[in-house]
Amino acid sequence: MPPVVTGWFLLLAFAPGGPLGFLSDSVLFRWTGAAIAAGVMALPLMVRAIRLSIEAVDRRLEGAARTLGAGPWRVFWTITLPLSLPGLLAGTVLGFARSLGEFGATITFVSNVPGQTQTLPLAIYAALQRPDGDAIALRLSALSVAVALAALVASELLARRMRAAMVHGV
Amino acid sequence: MAFDLHVSKRLGDAEIALRLEAGEGLTVLFGPSGAGKTSVLHMVAGLLRPDRGHIRVGGVELFGDGIDVPPERRRAGYVFQESRLFPHLSVAANLRYGAGRAAAIDDVVQLLDIAHLLDRWPRTLSGGEAKRVAIGRALLSDPAFLLLDEPTASLDRGRAAEVEGAIVDIRDRLRLPILMVTHDRLQAERLATTMVEIDPIRT
Repeated sequence: MPPVVTGWFLLLAFAPGGPLGFLSDSVLFRWTGAAIAAGVMALPLMVRAIRLSIEAVDRRLEGAARTLGAGPWRVFWTITLPLSLPGLLAGTVLGFARSLGEFGATITFVSNVPGQTQTLPLAIYAALQRPDGDAIALRLSALSVAVALAALVASELLARRMRAAMVHGV
Repeated sequence: MAFDLHVSKRLGDAEIALRLEAGEGLTVLFGPSGAGKTSVLHMVAGLLRPDRGHIRVGGVELFGDGIDVPPERRRAGYVFQESRLFPHLSVAANLRYGAGRAAAIDDVVQLLDIAHLLDRWPRTLSGGEAKRVAIGRALLSDPAFLLLDEPTASLDRGRAAEVEGAIVDIRDRLRLPILMVTHDRLQAERLATTMVEIDPIRT
């Protein structure tokens, strides 16, 4: 689905008179709305990555844990979840990346209000619309590259630490 | 009666059917590869549901007559063919996974001669070491009986002899009923108190 369509549906849902209209005052044209748009766009990607990593855990290990006296919940917390941690992390980073690049759903849903709903991509777009905006756009672009790199490095470090923890013990 | 099994299960095109009654000691389930021996162990452990029949171990009904005890309450000490140690836990943590607070870890560690492995990680163990740790983990979960699936397959002769020695110790010293699967007739004859042949699968 194009992000613009998602944004429009969100607008219909949260507009006064819509099914979630009672929230319109606290969501429309506010940062909360921008966060909702980013979350809605990122969630499917995240859920998919996390589900795949949980499904990839060896069912035989879970069976072994059951025979050792662990009920389904203990198996989930002590076997399934720790073994799917790298995938959980990858899903989170993927979701973050999707949110960072979010444009269409946000601008359709909560517009482009400086200080409230103006995300990095929206601010860059707005700057480029002005004849003297190139310098600002450049600064903001550098900032977004830095944020993306920082997230990538952080996730890589975390993944390495988790792998090390799995091999050497927590 | 230590083991009283009467189970049948259709798996794809194959039909597994077994009737087995065995007393104390070590019962060997013997038969060619693919005869469904592992499936029988899975059914006794509660990891595979039989279509029909009953499973009683040591007089306790584990399956049948509307009863289907979940695996975590069957007290089966299952040593899988592939060991199935938890890769994210140390050997010591693997051993403690199913153990109660009062478990005699030192005794089991000594019985299986694995004291030097406690700080190691499963992926660094040899096949024989992993197998002994898996046996230890099963013993420490306070089992009412043991299930051993090809405990010496994939081990060289020296390691196989070590594991067999540990099994004899468990049979004679701990006196736990054991149901063991093997396709090695000589090994079956060496270890078995009772030997049961399982027929090749009928299709």
